Amino acid sequence: MTDAALGKADSPATLDAIQSSYMVQVQRRRLYGGLTLMIFVLLMVSGFVVADDRNAGGFWDGLHQIGDYPAAVLSEAWAKRADLPALMQRFFPALIETINIAAVSTLIGACAGLVLSLLSTRGLARWPRLIPVFRRLMDVMRAVPEIVIALVLIFVLGGGPVPAMIAIAIHTAGALGKMFSEVAENADLKPVEGLASTGATWSQRMWLGILPQVAPNYLSYALLRFEINIRASAILGFVGAGGLGYELRNAMAWGPGRFDEAAAIFILLFGTIVFFDQLSSRYRNRLTEGGHA
Amino acid sequence: MLEVRCLTKAFGEKTAVDSASFTVDRPMMIGVIGRSGAGKSTLLRMLNRLSDATTGAILFEGRDITTLRGADRREWQSRCAMIFQQFNLVPRMDVVSNVLHGTLNRRSTLATMFNLYPQADIHRAIEILDRLGIAEQAPKRAEALSGGQQQRVAIARALMQDPAVILADEPIASLDPMNAQIVMEALRRIHEEDGRMVIANLHTLDTARRYCDRVIGMRDGRIVFDGTPQQLTTGVARDIYGAGAGFSEAATSTEIETLDRTKPRSAVPA
Repeated sequence: MTDAALGKADSPATLDAIQSSYMVQVQRRRLYGGLTLMIFVLLMVSGFVVADDRNAGGFWDGLHQIGDYPAAVLSEAWAKRADLPALMQRFFPALIETINIAAVSTLIGACAGLVLSLLSTRGLARWPRLIPVFRRLMDVMRAVPEIVIALVLIFVLGGGPVPAMIAIAIHTAGALGKMFSEVAENADLKPVEGLASTGATWSQRMWLGILPQVAPNYLSYALLRFEINIRASAILGFVGAGGLGYELRNAMAWGPGRFDEAAAIFILLFGTIVFFDQLSSRYRNRLTEGGHA
Repeated sequence: MLEVRCLTKAFGEKTAVDSASFTVDRPMMIGVIGRSGAGKSTLLRMLNRLSDATTGAILFEGRDITTLRGADRREWQSRCAMIFQQFNLVPRMDVVSNVLHGTLNRRSTLATMFNLYPQADIHRAIEILDRLGIAEQAPKRAEALSGGQQQRVAIARALMQDPAVILADEPIASLDPMNAQIVMEALRRIHEEDGRMVIANLHTLDTARRYCDRVIGMRDGRIVFDGTPQQLTTGVARDIYGAGAGFSEAATSTEIETLDRTKPRSAVPA
């Protein structure tokens, strides 16, 4: 069949048939594509109109005020720019507390997520029948907002960094578990088979067969999560978990007159995120390059 | 037509291609042979401008290719089609779409995003597929095809570019002997019928000898042989591959005819 195919020309009739049938296929695909695009645009427009109608303020009326708050903060911070270094120094301990909350919760959450992910990955799970159980468990951990868990825990344990840490760790475990398990699904199973043939236990197989393959990806997801958690732990300060968020709430609640403090805190947060972003990308590069070498 | 002057490519300490020079004055079929790591692929990638030369120049019809940037470089790439060992098709798209990718240089990003190729192009793509004998596969996904068929889709994509030069980087290295022959014959036919220049990296001597008008041998980045297939004797081949007296062409041949032939044939089937 293969050699006969070379050099001979199909009769024009069959070529025409192939061309026209392919054109029909293309037309149909274009029609579907166009319809999908139209439905998307319609949904966006109609949803926007509905939301705008129900809003108390109205989108278009409020639009021109959108820059008012940042402008007020910036102008006041600029007027008192001489105080900013002192303020940043004052808030620095709070920043350390926030970063600590984020770091501990990321570490605990990543460890829990690692175990959960391996237990809920097809082909790797210790108890394949329990995969749906672990998956739903992770869904629940992701579904409940951190702030709700933190509020409940603050009610039980009292204010402070520990409830925030637990709340963020639970969410992190759910989120990272999901991402980790997607990475583990693509891992090569041959090393695991090789280890199984030597009589290794499940934990040994995972530790030696899977982790070396997925470690760069896991680390990069965990570092990304760490950045997200810095922001999350700052927000949890608003509900009494301490750290930078607590100071930010005070500064914002006092309104004009303390905007320089708000500006100082924003600068600290921004600087921290940039710093850890740079740090993590450097480590990630080194890890992946090391993996290739 | 094509002139390569002292082309050099260095990766850090290592020199992959070491001041390679050759001139091609008319469209012909050129085979590049040599051990793996001799710099054959790097040479082809520089011709297509997939990678930049460290020093040296490539002149095509008097124009220096190595200094082209941006749109000019992409325009050159569209005139200088490339075929890869692993086919490098988009596996989840259908065969005709893959062939139509040959026109990307002439189309806007938006039009290609929405799959808006002109009907004339679609018809031409299917005609090219028919010329290569795989028109029936047109609506299938590229990943559903066999290796030999996929390589022919890649050749169809190259033809869709309507190129002056076709570069083939080990086009048959991952194919079985039967499919290798079909692909090589297709390349030869394209050269003869369309008058396009074909430069192919080949890993077997007999393929180079059977299909090419001119053979370039590379060793450790240098061009050590440049001549007709007839001049490529076993002694020369031993030099190119740095092999001892135990070297035998038949030992690695993928040609089916090698089994019952002792002398290389010079006739080329059309």
